[in-house]
Amino acid sequence: MKAFQYVRANTAKSALEALAKDPSAQFIAGGTNLVDLMKRGVTAPDKLIDISRLPLNKIEKVANGVRIGAMSLNSQVADDKLILEKWPLLAQALNAGASAQLRNKATVGGNMLQRTRCGYFYDTEMPCNKRQPGTGCGAKEGYNRMHAIFGTSEHCIAVHPSDMCVALVALDAAVVVQGPKGERTIPFTEFHRLPGDRPEKDNTLGKDELIVAVTLPDSPYTQHAHYLKVRDRASYAFALVSVAAALELEGKTIKSARLAMGGVAHKPWRLQEVEKALVGKTVSEATFQQAAQQAMAGARAFEYNAFKLKLAPNTIVEALKMAAGLTA
Amino acid sequence: MKNKDERIGGRMSRVDAQLKVTGAAKYFAEFEVPNLVYGVLVPSTITKGTIKSLDTKKAESAPGVLAVLSYLNAPKTPAYQTDEPSKTSSGRGPGMKAFHDNKVYFNGQPIAMVVANTFERATYAASLVTAQYEKSSHQTELKSNLDKGITPKSKSLQDYQRGKKDAYQTAPVKIEAEYIQPTEVHNPMELHGILAQWEGPDKITVYAKTQGVKMTQQVIADTFKIPKENVSVHSQFVGGAFGMSLRVWPHEIATILAAQKVQRPVKLVITRDQMFTIAGYRPHTHQKVGIGANKDGKFVGISHWANVQNSNYEEFTEATVGMTRFLYRSPNVNTTYRVVPLDICTPIPMRGPGEATGAFALESAIDELSYALNMDPIDLRMKNYPEKDPEQDLPWSSNHVREAYQLGADKIGWSNRPKEPRSKKENGMWIGYGMATGTFGAHRREATARAQLKADGTLLIQSAASDIGPGTGTAMVQIAAEVMGMPADQIKFELGETAFPYAPIQGGSATVASVGSAVHEACMALRQQLVELSGNALKKAKVDTLVYEEGRVRSPTDRSASIAYTEILKRNNLPMLEVTKEAKPGEEGKKFAMYSFSVHFVKVHVHPTTGVVRVKHAVAVADAGTIVNHKTASSQMMGGAVGGIGMALQEEAVIDHRYGRYINNDLANYHVPVNADIPDIDVLFVDKKDPYINPMGAKGLGEIAIIGMAPAIANAVYNATGKRIRELPITPDKLI
Ligand SMILES: Cc1cc2nc3c(=O)[nH]c(=O)nc-3n(C[C@H](O)[C@H](O)[C@H](O)COP(=O)(O)OP(=O)(O)OC[C@H]3O[C@@H](n4cnc5c(N)ncnc54)[C@H](O)[C@@H]3O)c2cc1C
Ligand code: SF4
Repeated sequence: MKAFQYVRANTAKSALEALAKDPSAQFIAGGTNLVDLMKRGVTAPDKLIDISRLPLNKIEKVANGVRIGAMSLNSQVADDKLILEKWPLLAQALNAGASAQLRNKATVGGNMLQRTRCGYFYDTEMPCNKRQPGTGCGAKEGYNRMHAIFGTSEHCIAVHPSDMCVALVALDAAVVVQGPKGERTIPFTEFHRLPGDRPEKDNTLGKDELIVAVTLPDSPYTQHAHYLKVRDRASYAFALVSVAAALELEGKTIKSARLAMGGVAHKPWRLQEVEKALVGKTVSEATFQQAAQQAMAGARAFEYNAFKLKLAPNTIVEALKMAAGLTA
Repeated sequence: MKNKDERIGGRMSRVDAQLKVTGAAKYFAEFEVPNLVYGVLVPSTITKGTIKSLDTKKAESAPGVLAVLSYLNAPKTPAYQTDEPSKTSSGRGPGMKAFHDNKVYFNGQPIAMVVANTFERATYAASLVTAQYEKSSHQTELKSNLDKGITPKSKSLQDYQRGKKDAYQTAPVKIEAEYIQPTEVHNPMELHGILAQWEGPDKITVYAKTQGVKMTQQVIADTFKIPKENVSVHSQFVGGAFGMSLRVWPHEIATILAAQKVQRPVKLVITRDQMFTIAGYRPHTHQKVGIGANKDGKFVGISHWANVQNSNYEEFTEATVGMTRFLYRSPNVNTTYRVVPLDICTPIPMRGPGEATGAFALESAIDELSYALNMDPIDLRMKNYPEKDPEQDLPWSSNHVREAYQLGADKIGWSNRPKEPRSKKENGMWIGYGMATGTFGAHRREATARAQLKADGTLLIQSAASDIGPGTGTAMVQIAAEVMGMPADQIKFELGETAFPYAPIQGGSATVASVGSAVHEACMALRQQLVELSGNALKKAKVDTLVYEEGRVRSPTDRSASIAYTEILKRNNLPMLEVTKEAKPGEEGKKFAMYSFSVHFVKVHVHPTTGVVRVKHAVAVADAGTIVNHKTASSQMMGGAVGGIGMALQEEAVIDHRYGRYINNDLANYHVPVNADIPDIDVLFVDKKDPYINPMGAKGLGEIAIIGMAPAIANAVYNATGKRIRELPITPDKLI
């Protein structure tokens, strides 16, 4: 790996200033993704600005919700009493990700900005529009078993690998970012983007901005929420397909629903239309089957990932059943 | 008091356990020698062709760089006389010639090595080396090259026929199916590499990750044409190998060349992605099995074909179709083995080499046949048990596989197995039971041990054996403790040094049988000498009738007629008693068919809609003769079962054939089991002495631990779901 400079920031302001001075610098939080990418030569910053000690690691109750500092560790959030009580879906999703060691190091901000796991992206000898725009997409006609079935473009078919983000998008989270011009808030659904003709851009965060927090509104999804992740081994593997399902029930009737998928698109895939259709329905396998069918509208598979066309709806049904407490 | 756990058949903890868990055990990469510098490889980025030009200028002027070695400037290697890849020592040699010419045989082949004063600087400088190539079209895909298979030169893998060819086709009940084993990569935790230090123009010391220090010594001596005695190899600890260190790889020779070039010791540790490209793998194999039986289950014929991925520059073979010839009594058997040369690195044995792949096909096919016959798969195997080896027409030295079936069936609760596939659920999951047999040759090779009984009553035994993890030192101490009647803490066994007497490579499950026999004989010889030196009283008695206990030898009848070993040395004014003994297999291999056997049983859960498979319980039964150490042997069997779970459900190295490059070459994407994948594993031993193989009666078990596990799981998945998966690994996508 290329030699680089290292500076440590103590305040958000000084971090942003350091970044402004040196546009080729990058923030490093837990480093669990960035360091791997540097080792493989995917990225080669001249300078690292260490933000891991910024005082942004609090999980605070705020009016109508919670504010999670961007520097909070994945394990810290997953074990937080308030989160476990009010947003159990988030804790489940976090615990489904990576390994205990990684969760102890990875931050909330870093998790959101982790890059795709597409093998072509990682191999600097392969074509990849995301790594090197204009070189082509190696995966499209290559080994694309882990790749997207929704929202792909001819330029990129990668998926966003995060579990946490699938729960966050389902729970109506928002991202608080700070830049030279001050703070702004981005709805989670608009934070990550589809590849389109700019696959090198994963999200809508400005190059000069820092994520400072994620907020979650109070939610009724404390009882009937389930994060189901289907993967090639029991732990420590990225999702083939994952589903965050949350239901607000009145007896057997669905008052409101939240549904999102992971492992299927370039962004955590929120299914708002399906959520709406579920309202007023009675919980049953048939209801959930219908929801799953609706969710799959517009899906398109490639050579090695056609199984997702079946696995995704099956996983939706399963997750909704678990959320509703319908056991087999 | 004699501690039974320290003797043959005990449960002694590893003698090096403390060193390993405290980090005091030193692995090759941990050695620091004065003036050490670091090598980093530059891999080729094309799959086939020639290097037109190599630009090393930027790298050479990068900070800390001492040299950039390539075919343009590498010191000449005396053994590289011709341009053909060298085929020394039957595939154990370096094969591809390091930095010999500008030819590229596979993607990732080292084309240069940067040497710098730190690892980081060498790594960076390596990224600055650029090459221009003349590309040729390449072939890396087995599937589209099956017609290019050639009969290997290897004698044991010529076409085999007993009785009529393809007789299975005439049977009233028959199965014919194809089975696919993907490429698997050993991926032990420890990365491969070497530290090389020239001590003079024809004298060298290396710290290696090897499964045989004497093998490494021989190959280096042959390659550089220097006297064998001038090559010292140290390899006391190996962080797992599974077969990948059974040869010297070209990058090891490259490191030795680099050390010559910069006149300083050079250390190379390859990267995880290089573990996929330059250090061997279990070859991708397409198999077909045809098997036919009469209505009563008696086999009529078995045919087994294998097409095996191979490199384009040397021949690699393994016994994929071997067990089909002898594991069952079938009057008609034919086997065919073809190697398919492709533009990739040469494979190397990976735990249970060949047999593990072959067992997946054969033992799946037998399971398929059992359903076609409507017969219990164990009954079907019992029905076709051969009283003697039908291939060599020899009696078994020992074969208790029928007892192993029974032990395993009882333990797993075979009677709970659903007779109909896809008929029983538990907690919403389909449940299924499966079993399969494994076998591997019970080998023994010649080995030598030196034993020194010291005046202070301690015993030191040395042999140039390896320990890649099974606990070799521990078993050797137990054998010595048993023969000498000494407490284990008075005995030390040293290995992994070329200065010690000859031991073979640690491969093919032969270490206990080979080195253990040498230790046994050395200790027997020591006993003899002790008795001879002990004075008249004991001398009259026969050596074998005497009792050796607590560091003393005594008459069996008269307890008072006893003398301590230390006393014997003292009386004879001896500072030490030393013997060196070579132990060799005798004629028994010609008189008996010698094999170890295993039977694997599993219970699985399969999720009906997501296709997720969970192994809920596994039982591994071994018929491996006397079990020298029940604790380390159980660990071996468990490790093999874990490897088998990986083989069945997870492991697959994928190449993008357009580029000839691996696409999942890291441990995030190449899956091996994690703790959460592993159920309770019960290990059972038949534990009956093999009367012929060696003095301990021990057969090997490192390989049989994995052989048969994958088909047991595939068979259980079928029992659970009614879906027969004939291509490993059995991932969720194949079951939904
Ligand atoms: C083997 C392995 C398996 C894994 N498995 C999973 C899995 O199953 N599921 C899953 O969800 N994840 C998984 N992960 C990914 C893991 O969750 C991420 O690596 C981790 O969340 C990244 O967080 P970090 O703090 O270490 O980020 P870093 O590596 O420090 O940073 C990542 C990126 O984010 C930027 N950044 C970080 N914080 C901020 C901020 N506050 N503002 C602006 N930019 C910022 C950095 O500049 C960098 O570009 C796995 C990782 C590994 C290595
Ligand atoms: S899918 Fe995206 S990340 Fe993968 S190769 Fe194509 S462009 Fe690159």
